[in-house]
Amino acid sequence: MSAVVPLDAEKLRRRALDIAGEVPDPEIPVLSIADLGVLRDARVTADGAVEVDITPTYSGCPAMDMIALQVEAALAAADLPKPKVRTVLSPAWTTDWMSEAGREKLRRYGIAPPTPRAGRRALFGLDEDVPCPRCGSGETQKLSEFGSTACKALWRCTACREPFDYFKCL
Amino acid sequence: MTSITVAETPLLRAVLARADDALVHAHRLSEWVGHAPMLEEDLALGNVALDLLGQARSLYTHAAAIEGLERSEDDLAYLRDAPQFRNLLLLEQPNGDFANTIVRLFLHAAFMLPWWKAAMSSTDATLAAIAAKAEKEAAYHVRHAGEWLIRLGDGTEESHRRSTEALDRLWRFTGEMFAIDAEEEPLIEAGVIPHPAIIRPAWDATVAHVLAEATLARPRDGWMQLGGRRGTHTEALGHLLAVMQHLQRAYPGASW
Repeated sequence: MSAVVPLDAEKLRRRALDIAGEVPDPEIPVLSIADLGVLRDARVTADGAVEVDITPTYSGCPAMDMIALQVEAALAAADLPKPKVRTVLSPAWTTDWMSEAGREKLRRYGIAPPTPRAGRRALFGLDEDVPCPRCGSGETQKLSEFGSTACKALWRCTACREPFDYFKCL
Repeated sequence: MTSITVAETPLLRAVLARADDALVHAHRLSEWVGHAPMLEEDLALGNVALDLLGQARSLYTHAAAIEGLERSEDDLAYLRDAPQFRNLLLLEQPNGDFANTIVRLFLHAAFMLPWWKAAMSSTDATLAAIAAKAEKEAAYHVRHAGEWLIRLGDGTEESHRRSTEALDRLWRFTGEMFAIDAEEEPLIEAGVIPHPAIIRPAWDATVAHVLAEATLARPRDGWMQLGGRRGTHTEALGHLLAVMQHLQRAYPGASW
């Protein structure tokens, strides 16, 4: 018996957002795609299908296909009608969309969160101040602008001597 | 698998040209994976390649939509032959040594950062959306390649010599970035793609700044080799495509 309760479109849309928002990021599973700001919107189309919009962090983010698949599966498991995922590029994702809760989860996970509203720093020279996510010390150094994934840089703490990932500002 | 030929309109050619730039450069950079001088650089070049590959995918998807023949991004990447590729000659040049790869990346990224910035206000909404993402990525590419070039130029006698040689070898291909194809003029006038002349001052400034820090001399502008945008490529592209396209040509439609 799969008679769909006649929710109105707005309720259905909110439910789709709630369910999709729970899907974890495949590369940083401590964050949901809602925390990351990757989940952008949802709507109920004229033919009654539920459509969810996601946006990539970086153009070449290899996690996008996986995220789309997981969102579709989660919506289908919740019996939402004809779930579909759309990838949108505009407006371009920015680290400013990451939620406060997301930043805190990231730090506890051992990844330094992006500095909010850091803006574009000078093309050459100036480095950001990135506190160590483990001991909180400001005595840190950048090892490489490019880390284990497109969205992270590699840093180290000279106080506790631990290397750590820094979620790059974009 | 038989090759495909694209019936190019000026718009389709312009989008394909930037897609081919990104794909060919991404492929070259990915050849370093497992071979870079150190682990961090292996990751960095792989990450830059991934950014470019992502840009290429968005651009090919846009090109396929413009073409309207239900071809996929993969068809455009894997089933066209070398004379159909529209990429800049600079980007197909073999990697050579690390200095050569860094100089090639620097010269092109310093051009693409202001190009994408200008393309963010393109009258083509899809191109503007792709540009808004790519511009942020290009900023990292310029900085990374620029910092390396400073380290190499202002490094040892050996690294200085190799950087100088790379600049001299690749400089003849930089003119193509600023050349205008007569077919592109209406697109520039319609605000679809930026006029390369407005990119020039930013490129000149970035190049001047980094070369000065790197204690490297800017080569003189002499003969500039063109042809890539028209499909007249150097020998290097055929070899690159043979590797890149082999699987799809031998096993059409193969997927993971």
